[in-house]
Amino acid sequence: MKQILEFEKPIVNLKEKIAELKKFTDDSEIDLSEEIITLEKRLAILEDDIYGNLKPWQRVQMARHQERPTTLDYINELFTDFVEFHGDRSFGDDEAIVSGIAFYKDTPITVIGHQRGKNTKENLRRNFGMPHPEGYRKALRHMKQAEKFNRPIITFIDTKGADPGKESEERGQSEAIARNLMEMAGLTVPIICIVIGEGGSGGALALGVGDRIHMLENSTYSVISPEGAAALLWKDSGLAQKAAESMKITAPDLHELGIIDEIIPEPKGGAHRDIKEQAKNIDLVLDKSLNELKNVSEDVLLEQRWEKYKQIGDYKEL
Amino acid sequence: MLKDLFSKKKKYASIPNEQAKLDVPEGLMKKCDSCYKIFYRKEMNKNLNVCPNCGHHHQLRAWERIESLFDEGTFQEWDSGLAPSNPLGFPGYEEKLQKDREKTGLNEGVVTGKGLIDGQATAFAVMDSSFRMGSMGSVMGERIARAIENAKEQSLPFIIFTASGGARMQEGVLSLMQMSKTSVAIKRFSEAGGLMISVMTHPTTGGVSASFASLGDYNFAEPGALIGFAGRRIIEQTTREKLPDDFQTAEFLFKHGQLDQVVHRHDLKQLLVTILKIHEKGGTSS
Repeated sequence: MKQILEFEKPIVNLKEKIAELKKFTDDSEIDLSEEIITLEKRLAILEDDIYGNLKPWQRVQMARHQERPTTLDYINELFTDFVEFHGDRSFGDDEAIVSGIAFYKDTPITVIGHQRGKNTKENLRRNFGMPHPEGYRKALRHMKQAEKFNRPIITFIDTKGADPGKESEERGQSEAIARNLMEMAGLTVPIICIVIGEGGSGGALALGVGDRIHMLENSTYSVISPEGAAALLWKDSGLAQKAAESMKITAPDLHELGIIDEIIPEPKGGAHRDIKEQAKNIDLVLDKSLNELKNVSEDVLLEQRWEKYKQIGDYKEL
Repeated sequence: MLKDLFSKKKKYASIPNEQAKLDVPEGLMKKCDSCYKIFYRKEMNKNLNVCPNCGHHHQLRAWERIESLFDEGTFQEWDSGLAPSNPLGFPGYEEKLQKDREKTGLNEGVVTGKGLIDGQATAFAVMDSSFRMGSMGSVMGERIARAIENAKEQSLPFIIFTASGGARMQEGVLSLMQMSKTSVAIKRFSEAGGLMISVMTHPTTGGVSASFASLGDYNFAEPGALIGFAGRRIIEQTTREKLPDDFQTAEFLFKHGQLDQVVHRHDLKQLLVTILKIHEKGGTSS
């Protein structure tokens, strides 16, 4: 079953009608091809209208779409010879984060990303893409290796947030996230972060300190989920839609706020409509970013990283 | 009849209106939040807001903390002119800020600066949870990042006292990014050999706990302080697990290896002084 979002229903209905007419034309003597052409034109306009003007809440739904491509999908499309490594060497392996090495074109890279599932079984295995502390520690271990072997780091961000649970607190979820933020600040290799789905809070940020931050057109990045914000601010999680609009969480919003570098376009109807095309769009931006960064000296790289984060914020000086 | 004995003694409680509440300047007495024993406020204050009976640590305001640690008249505040704007145009945000400015006399939830602690020059930041629950927005991030940069440039150790509910919702993702901004600043400071001490006080949660609060070379906490990443209610709702009574207290964190020590407020200054001494000037390794 394909997941159809509420606002896509007019498109789906029209598509069904066109299919019906086509079938009718094929099966009978009556030629309806003119009607079909008219309807197809109307469909194109309708698609442009709906997908071209997505509201924040609709983008949230896109970012959470069941079939939305995940980290492993993009690893398959973009890299070759991927080898996955496991474990944090202290406690265990966390399958909510995948991490390994591969070639990007001819360049060896380290790739790390949140991994959620596309169905219940996978999601249970992946803890819905919500990492435990050992996930972040595994990621950090691999980032340090990347530094040792002078490999650029590419991260894919796609999580509702870090795991909220008793054991995560016991094992120092806060410390694990904080440590990653600090250590990523000092890595002497280029880091490119791409938000592919939901960028939820500190759990997303812990893979998100880098030299370039990009977002897919329909991904989100926020300090708290719209539901959580609505519950906190207005004591009503039903106001999530309003929160999504007030909190400025879409790629265009973050671009305007000066937090991200580029918005990576998605195929009409979202990344899940055409993974290959989506990967191609990511490829263009990734290639450009790596080329910009590959000859930058370590000192300059770190200085620029600091400059990048230093300027984020908005305040008055009295 | 025994019953009459009680029913005759009708008592009427007078509920002060909002204005009257504001007029009473911090009453004469203070009841302990934990053991409910009543003390003279002066006595409680002299005891650094620690209950003389049960030892419960009540919150200290930012300037009370500064007074409790720094040699008299030595503290100079930094960046007090930085004030929050409303970058997302969030409805009602400015009114809330105004209300808290009036209530607390602060213009943000953190005070930064430098001064002498037992004669040793130290860069300092202290959060005040009475201002917007000590939540972190752009100004807090900027003040802390600048304080760390100042510490780096002036070869000073950096001490931070945290008290925060986490990120400030009304500044959205900008507040989230203050976590990375401060962390990048700490990395630079640390690389230069700077000494950072973090003292977590009640409460230190969410984005603050998951960034600079956890990034000291030494991390301490006051007894009973609530410290954690996710909120207790969220954890209970998500996992349907029974959580222990001491869950996310300083003692719980200590037990799980997340803290160097849980330190009584009365012992804090001496501990900081000793650590500063052992690290000499604690500044950069020049």
